[in-house]
Amino acid sequence: MDKRKTTNNLDWGIILLYSVFVAIGLLVVYASSHDDTKPFFDYRQLYIRQLIWVGTSAILAIFILVTDNKFYTSFAYIIYAAVILLVVGVFFFGHEVNGNKNWFEIGSFQLQPSEFAKFSVALALAKFLSNQNINLKYNNHKMMALALIFFPALLIQLQGDTGSTLVFLGFFLVLYRFGLPGEILLLGVGVLALSVLSLVIDKFILIGILFFLAGASLYFIKRNRAGYFVIAGLFIGASLYVTTTNYVFNNVLKLHQQQRIKVLLGQEVNVKDADYNVRQSKIAIGSGGFLGKGPLHGTLTKYNFVPEQHTDFIFCTIGEEYGFWGTTLFVSLFLFFLTRILTLAERQRSKFSRIYAYGVASILFFHFLINIGMTIGLAPVIGIPLPFISYGGSSLWSFTILLFVLIKLDADRLAVLR
Amino acid sequence: MDTLASRRRVVQMVFIIISVIFILRLLFIQVLNKSYQQLANNNVLRKVTLYPSRGLIYDRNGKLILFNQAEYDLLVIPGQLKKFDTTNLCLTLGIETASFKKDLLKAYTYSRFKPTVIVKGIQPELYAQLQEDMFMYPGFYTEVRTVRTYPFPAAAHVLGYISEVTPKQIEKSNGYYQQGDYIGTGGLEQYYEKVLRGKKGVKYVLVDVHNREQGSFNDGALDTLAIPGTNMYTTLDIDLQRYGEKLMQGKVGSVVAIEPSTGEVLAMISSPSYDPRLLTGRDRGKNFSKLYADSLKPLFVRPLKASYPPGSIYKPLLGLIGMQDEAIFSNTTYSCPGAYYVGSLRVGCHHSGFVNNIIEAIQHSCNAYFCMTFRRVVDNNKYKTVAQGLDSWKSYLASFGIGVKMETDLPGVGYGFIPGSDYYNKIYGVGRWNSVTIISLGIGQGEIGFTPLQMANEMATISNHGFFYSPHLVKKVDDDTSTVLKKFKEKKIIPIEKKWFDLTVEAMKEVVEAGTGRIAQIPGTTMGGKTGTAQNPHGKDHSLFICFAPVENPKIAIAVIVENAGFGATYGAPIASLMIEKYLNDSISTPRKYLEQRMFDADLIHNKFQPAPEH
Repeated sequence: MDKRKTTNNLDWGIILLYSVFVAIGLLVVYASSHDDTKPFFDYRQLYIRQLIWVGTSAILAIFILVTDNKFYTSFAYIIYAAVILLVVGVFFFGHEVNGNKNWFEIGSFQLQPSEFAKFSVALALAKFLSNQNINLKYNNHKMMALALIFFPALLIQLQGDTGSTLVFLGFFLVLYRFGLPGEILLLGVGVLALSVLSLVIDKFILIGILFFLAGASLYFIKRNRAGYFVIAGLFIGASLYVTTTNYVFNNVLKLHQQQRIKVLLGQEVNVKDADYNVRQSKIAIGSGGFLGKGPLHGTLTKYNFVPEQHTDFIFCTIGEEYGFWGTTLFVSLFLFFLTRILTLAERQRSKFSRIYAYGVASILFFHFLINIGMTIGLAPVIGIPLPFISYGGSSLWSFTILLFVLIKLDADRLAVLR
Repeated sequence: MDTLASRRRVVQMVFIIISVIFILRLLFIQVLNKSYQQLANNNVLRKVTLYPSRGLIYDRNGKLILFNQAEYDLLVIPGQLKKFDTTNLCLTLGIETASFKKDLLKAYTYSRFKPTVIVKGIQPELYAQLQEDMFMYPGFYTEVRTVRTYPFPAAAHVLGYISEVTPKQIEKSNGYYQQGDYIGTGGLEQYYEKVLRGKKGVKYVLVDVHNREQGSFNDGALDTLAIPGTNMYTTLDIDLQRYGEKLMQGKVGSVVAIEPSTGEVLAMISSPSYDPRLLTGRDRGKNFSKLYADSLKPLFVRPLKASYPPGSIYKPLLGLIGMQDEAIFSNTTYSCPGAYYVGSLRVGCHHSGFVNNIIEAIQHSCNAYFCMTFRRVVDNNKYKTVAQGLDSWKSYLASFGIGVKMETDLPGVGYGFIPGSDYYNKIYGVGRWNSVTIISLGIGQGEIGFTPLQMANEMATISNHGFFYSPHLVKKVDDDTSTVLKKFKEKKIIPIEKKWFDLTVEAMKEVVEAGTGRIAQIPGTTMGGKTGTAQNPHGKDHSLFICFAPVENPKIAIAVIVENAGFGATYGAPIASLMIEKYLNDSISTPRKYLEQRMFDADLIHNKFQPAPEH
């Protein structure tokens, strides 16, 4: 095999999908932000900046493809440590944007290290889990994996970037795929459901319901001592959780986060500022109708009715200009993309590559889930970008790196066992 | 093989389920629920009304007497405000800081993104000053509006003014007017509202979230331009109008001057008047309340609405009716003992002696002669009853436009009042009154009332020897398709023979040459006229005078009434004749200058007349 030829075994399908997404991104960023009062090729035009980010991303991609894949496997932990250092560094040298201090400013370009943290965690987690001695059946191994994931997540949350923190929950999918008991995932879903319910229903009623459920479930499980303990433990845990959720909600979450959650739960429709984003976003998407208003004819996004429409609410532009067929096509394309990554993952002989591929899919999926969910009013407003589409250098760079490292690992899938 | 491989399916299922949920949700938002599309249009499309400029108004000689001028409103978009020097801004605008701050707060609570008018009616001079400082006040904007401007402070009652539409007017307009629009109120502005207002245009603009204009919608395919109002040429002679207003200074009353051959109103004065500029611009409301509260009622349009007993100026009409109905003849004589006696009733007369004919009767304004005439008219053998006689008399007067609505082009025209048989039947009962009961009608007193416009029209009709055109104020409307003026081209002929008019004109000429109206004589001009003194139960008599000139080819007929000023010859005649002289000769002859000065100086309001206290 000719090792020097980097184009060998490249998955051109994935690269094509990547290119399509980036092109769509450029188009909608242009549509939502172009300012006709300035020259077309003006550095102040956001799409020109985005074009620069695309160009540099291409260079990054090529750089990754020519680098020996051992670099990522061997230096996984070092990259992880380096990124954490960068994230910590932001605390001291960072630049504050919208109250979140998580940017480095280099000239007029800004860099957000938290975007790269996801990549580094994917690498480190792959390295950790691919170790033959690690089995997620063991609690201490679970804890180590969780620590690996949530240490950077905690740092990012401390910087106020709740959106990026939530994305780390995506790694549960990876853990699940590689041995985390399914019950834990179900438990997680249960906790999420309880959180929502406890904000909607009075806590005493909710505890009553829980008590009833606990009693009822006694009929259906094996009635041994362990079963009783599990039921009792779950009930007590759930009750405690329910009683504290409101406290956490009122005292830990920021006011705007509380409002956004309330808006999502339909509790606070009259607060103008709180539901403004979602309302405008839904109006913009809804106004697209079946066929859309046509490219560059999205008046709502153009005239800034939707805040952050070139970054976090970029999906509105797609919805408004291309209508239902456009959004359906996009969602389907993204689903196909995610599925393709899973296919790539499963064909890896190397466990490292496979775990990493799942990491990539999980991260992309969580961005997709939260971002689009928020624009159509199914998720609270949490500012995270739509991969490859949203305007922004840090996110495009980090997703490019994330994906192309996978492509590189995949290209070498026949060469070595790692 | 990895035993956990089947979990791939679970992960993939999660991806698929989420994607399907998204697509279903999108189907609901984008296809099934149409309300989002409606909301989007409201968001982005703004219907902007383009206001046409109102039509201009000229006088009969082409002098501009009413036009539009730019005025500015200061708007604020509270959301865009930065810190600024409130005191300085208020100082520039000359407004109070406290109320300004209150208005600002109100605007803020209304909307942070929508503009609110905060200061109205900034004059161009002030605007120029303000414009230099505007950079210091981000969030403030100015918007131009046009306001009515009067180059001469005259003819306020004729022109009217514009004011904001009332909710009732909006309702009646079938959607033309909207809150905040202006509409003509009073005078020509009201009567010719549809001509003057033009047509509003509509522009659909796309606006961004901060209500800033971003361009036209659909390349302006749905937009319509505002069509400016039509210009109008009035019949007024603004110089004569101003001269008359100056003569009427310090007096309460009216002047109406008509060109007999056309019915064109040359001047229409209601005194006391006001400067029409008071009802434009920023202090409009304040000034209006002040004028409204004035005890002399400057907003009351006397020439159209006030009804006065005509006194002696009605005698020529009675003479005409009498002769036409053969109640009297041109040579009917009467020996006046200085009063008219019938039974226990006595109607005094200023004159006494033998009256040879109707000419002398008019010339000397003999009360007794006309009491006799009136009785003969209503007791005429032609009619079975006195009621029929009275109604015939009434219908003759109606043909002159008296006691009926006089057709003209100003709103709020009064009828005057001519009592008929039904009126007296109601008061006294059927058959319980006769010509003696109502004898005061013979000398133009009692229930009878003419408006000054009717008096002037009477004069014009007599000077025309028996016809008139409805007195009107607009000569020409620029837009030829308009038919509003057609009714003023219609000749109205009085059902009285011309020869009786010839006699009456002769008599009225004598009034000025050798009768009660000698003071009105203008050297070199022949003139006919009639003095009148209307008894006023509330105070001093009103001074009346009607006249026309030249007799051979009448160019102007005029009626003057000065309230509480005594005999017709004292004020009415001098003012009427001065206006005629001014109109015909353009200047006042030297011997009459003293008269002119006396009229200018006479201040009956403050020296001799105390308005009755308000009840």
